[in-house]
Amino acid sequence: MKYVIMFTFDPELDAQVPADRMQGLYERAYQWYGENAAQIADGGAQLQPVETATTVKYGERGSVVVDGPFSEAREVVGGFSVIDVPDMDAAIALVRKWPFLELPGWGVEIRPILTSGSQSEE
Amino acid sequence: MSGSDAAARPDDASAPSSEVAGSDLLLSQVVREQSGRIVAALAGSLRSLDIAEEAVAEAVEEALRAWRKGGIPPNPGAWLMQAARHNALDRLRREKRYREKLAGMVPGIDSKSAEPEDAWSDPSGEVDDRLPLLFGCCHPALAPEAQLALTLRAVCGLTTAQIARATFSTEPATAQRIVRAKRKIGATGIPLRIPDATDRAERLDIVLTIVSVMYNEAHFVAGSDATADRDLADDAIWLAGVVAAALPREPEAHGLLALLLFHRARESARSVDGDLVLLVEQDRSRWDAALIARARVELERAARLRRPGRWQLQAAIAACHADAETAAATDWLQVLVLYDLLLGYDASPVVRLNRAVALDRVGAPAAALTEVDALKGELSQAHLWHAVRAHLLRRLGRDDEARAADLHALELTANDAERRLLAARTGR
Repeated sequence: MKYVIMFTFDPELDAQVPADRMQGLYERAYQWYGENAAQIADGGAQLQPVETATTVKYGERGSVVVDGPFSEAREVVGGFSVIDVPDMDAAIALVRKWPFLELPGWGVEIRPILTSGSQSEE
Repeated sequence: MSGSDAAARPDDASAPSSEVAGSDLLLSQVVREQSGRIVAALAGSLRSLDIAEEAVAEAVEEALRAWRKGGIPPNPGAWLMQAARHNALDRLRREKRYREKLAGMVPGIDSKSAEPEDAWSDPSGEVDDRLPLLFGCCHPALAPEAQLALTLRAVCGLTTAQIARATFSTEPATAQRIVRAKRKIGATGIPLRIPDATDRAERLDIVLTIVSVMYNEAHFVAGSDATADRDLADDAIWLAGVVAAALPREPEAHGLLALLLFHRARESARSVDGDLVLLVEQDRSRWDAALIARARVELERAARLRRPGRWQLQAAIAACHADAETAAATDWLQVLVLYDLLLGYDASPVVRLNRAVALDRVGAPAAALTEVDALKGELSQAHLWHAVRAHLLRRLGRDDEARAADLHALELTANDAERRLLAARTGR
């Protein structure tokens, strides 16, 4: 099954992390991609900082363009990848090894990709 | 129903109400014994928990209606299996039509993906296949209330109405919760499987927690008396037994079963004429010696595996109470030591509150009150916190504050029997 995994974090908390520790985590994240290459269907992308976000949203008189991310939450999406694993347990096991989960504020959202055989409608 | 009505409609269930209740209890036990196995077998062969579970739930409703009239058939499992298969086949045919219709509109939908004739396989495996189902229902990707509702339905065979009553919810909300949980299992690829060794302990603890919640909910149904809904407690003990039998090398499974049996043994002393009686005031001659003996066997089984845990420690605390012939004879120091050990596994506010009670009993009510006051932020909305605080304040001679605390407790409890107990204390 294919899942999109979305990496979320709190930029304010990340800003307090010493640079060398951050560097170490980036190196281990790079290793994580290498070690799990067989299960990663698409490396996805790391996103520019949330300050660069622009959102186009619904408006009563037509869509409007606003500065900022879609959500008011402190946590922001920092990037995403696509994984291909047998089931949800395998997805959780893979995500649990993501090095940045050692930092407060970090989370990884797991969402199955809708396919023609999906049971989400009906 | 009056006698003449019954005579006029001989097909209807016309037994006296007590007999009907008795046979209903038997019916639900038969259903409980069979339905989880059938859901597991069907879910495995159909690769859809959703359809399997709906089909069995429908079969259970049919069985309860048919068996109430005609009695339980010689092989109720086969009866349920046949009815469930029939319902599943109906659902698959409907779904197949739906898929074919959809395939006409959307390219790429495979109309042969749910061929009912290929889907059946022989469900007569010797392994207890309810365990993978149970682990799937208690998957951490589901919210706890969804885990509970789905377990009650798919594993224990409760009807939506029974689950709604047991979990303070309405039927539509319960039905919705179950549908969402099943859809999430299907759509996100949550496997119905006993987890790997690395996750086993963590995942088993979720299962055991749900079983324990099931037992506790039986006692805290809002607006009901202490004797109501006894069979949910019975379901919980049954399920704890299923888990312990299937996983004999897991000490915590035996620990939970022991704990629930100890609690069950106190049942008739805990509730007298619908009123709650506190542990220290219970008539211990009313404790069920046979259940206590079973509990001890389970606790010893757990202890021999030499891997302590929070359920075993709670069972060991319950064993201390069972050992004491009178409340005064309780070895409170031993109880306190066990609570200290328990804190290493579970430092939740409720455990700390119970430890404070033991602290008071070994002669340190002031220290106990300090502990209890420290839990204010976490427990001030729980009636039990106010009730324990009231007791300690009274021990320390602070009667006015004690009365105020009792009144707070009274305001916060939704259970009739607890209300009467607290009302008696506050003189209301």
